[in-house]
Amino acid sequence: MKLIRQILFPVLMIVLAGCTSESTGTRDASGVGSVPIGGSGDDVYRAGSPMDEGAGGIMGTRIIYFGFDKTDIESDYRDILAGHARFLAANPDVDVRLEGHADERGSREYNIGLGERRAQSVREILLLRGVSSGSMNAISFGEERPAAMGSGEEAWAQNRRVELIFSE
Amino acid sequence: MLIVVRNFLSIFILLFALAPIARAELRIEITQGVDKPVPIAIVPFGWEGRGDTPPFDVAALISADLARSGRFAPLDPDDMLERPTLGRDVDFQDWRLLGIEVVIVGRLIETGRDDYTIQFQMFNVYRGEQLLGYRQPASKTQLRGGSHLVADMIYEELTGIRGIFATRIAYITATGGPGAQIFRLIVADPDGENARILVESTEPIMSPAWSPDSRKLAYVSFEKQRSEIYIQTLRSGARRRVSSRAGVNGAPVWSPDGRSLALTLSKTDGNLDIYTLNLSNQVLKRLTHGPSIETEPTWSPDGRWIFFTSDRAGGPQVYRMSANGGTAKRVTFEGAYNARPRLAPDGQKIAVVHNDRGNYRIALVDVDRGYTQVLTKGHLDESPSYAPNGETLIYATRRGLQGVLGTVSTDGRIHRIISSLEGDVREPVWSPFRVN
Repeated sequence: MKLIRQILFPVLMIVLAGCTSESTGTRDASGVGSVPIGGSGDDVYRAGSPMDEGAGGIMGTRIIYFGFDKTDIESDYRDILAGHARFLAANPDVDVRLEGHADERGSREYNIGLGERRAQSVREILLLRGVSSGSMNAISFGEERPAAMGSGEEAWAQNRRVELIFSE
Repeated sequence: MLIVVRNFLSIFILLFALAPIARAELRIEITQGVDKPVPIAIVPFGWEGRGDTPPFDVAALISADLARSGRFAPLDPDDMLERPTLGRDVDFQDWRLLGIEVVIVGRLIETGRDDYTIQFQMFNVYRGEQLLGYRQPASKTQLRGGSHLVADMIYEELTGIRGIFATRIAYITATGGPGAQIFRLIVADPDGENARILVESTEPIMSPAWSPDSRKLAYVSFEKQRSEIYIQTLRSGARRRVSSRAGVNGAPVWSPDGRSLALTLSKTDGNLDIYTLNLSNQVLKRLTHGPSIETEPTWSPDGRWIFFTSDRAGGPQVYRMSANGGTAKRVTFEGAYNARPRLAPDGQKIAVVHNDRGNYRIALVDVDRGYTQVLTKGHLDESPSYAPNGETLIYATRRGLQGVLGTVSTDGRIHRIISSLEGDVREPVWSPFRVN
């Protein structure tokens, strides 16, 4: 799993870079280059796409967090998911696992239910934004795979999450 | 028999036919007992056989069992004035002087190469009358179990309630740090001794459930990076996968006749619901529908009802429906969170995980009237399981950061903590009475 995640990020960057430059061309202030017309006589420009630098950008945020006992997606995360949806829709070979989790409080199998519901919430948003059903797989781990060990609101908040794990 | 299954992601799972663990995994402490336990004396047993020392200290085990019940106070052998091994040698006046109400004497007798008889007699000291006398055969490997059987006989004679010393518990342990955890499903005696590993895995194991004949355990395993349900036979270690449908496969429990499982599936619609699965013909029947979470089913002892957790009212509560499905009636009304029901053997009450002013505790709820009695005192208590005589519950709790087990008598008076030497212990389940 870790191996796949480490490979994917550089691959992602290369794929996006390839869309925006082919040979020398001018770059405007936003960093998006325009593709010069080659000798083929084709003067239709392909659409570029934004490049996010570093882990703080939209493509780097692959964990969606949830409030206590909540399974609906907060608005900040909706924008992030929109970005992921665009990527997935543009790259039909890429699959995504949506792993849903809950914090440790309460009974374990009910927490499997909360994790499943959270994963399904993410799945629905991606589906509505054009991601194909077959490229998504929702799985719940309940409280069985915490990201943060220990008790208290800080640990619990980190464990109420859905992780998006991409693979090709 | 040892089976090793590996896949390319280096997830391994080992299956055992009750492979023994080298040392006792669990340690038990009494944290609270009854006010006036009965003073009793179990005199060290005599030994009739080859060699000077017997292969097993029967009296010590019986004494520990009875003490652990919280209802008896065995006399320290160092305080005994004499050590008879036969009834005719008991001087009741001596025992009355010590304030002892019941005295037990006996012998371990070697009857063959690896065969023994545990012989004992039990007397009411004040009346000078024999209450019970028995000869229990045991092979060498059955000496511990045979001693537990004797403790059960004594317990039943004195309390009128069938003893549970010869039953088993199963539980799950988790050791190691994040990213490198090992999960084990273990079966042990209720005193924590005789612990044996059934399954060892790098991925989580959940929800163990005993078959009514005590021969198998159903459980949820994440060895394929998703939940699936297996049934494993204890004696052989052989297992079969009974549910690996798309989505969640969870919360398996056996019907009282052992022919079906009730379980939770989400299938492809992502909505958790309760199903029953006939184990001989594989027929799957859906019992609940609707968008809320329905999970954690359990059968009533007479097989007529299924109780389960549902959050259709907003938060988790316990409901009851016919074992064939149909309209569900809500059963819990106190508190915002009641989940994971388990029926008492007499069917009158359910043990639940109950949120009591922010603390998750084990409570008993009267099925017909809804009266709720909170039994435990922790903050994160869960997974209650009844002993088959209905007197005690075992459950999971915390001590500091460590996951430990607790037992509590159903009257709430006797509390005990069972901890592991390393790692966390969780999800305990008490076996049914042994079927011979």
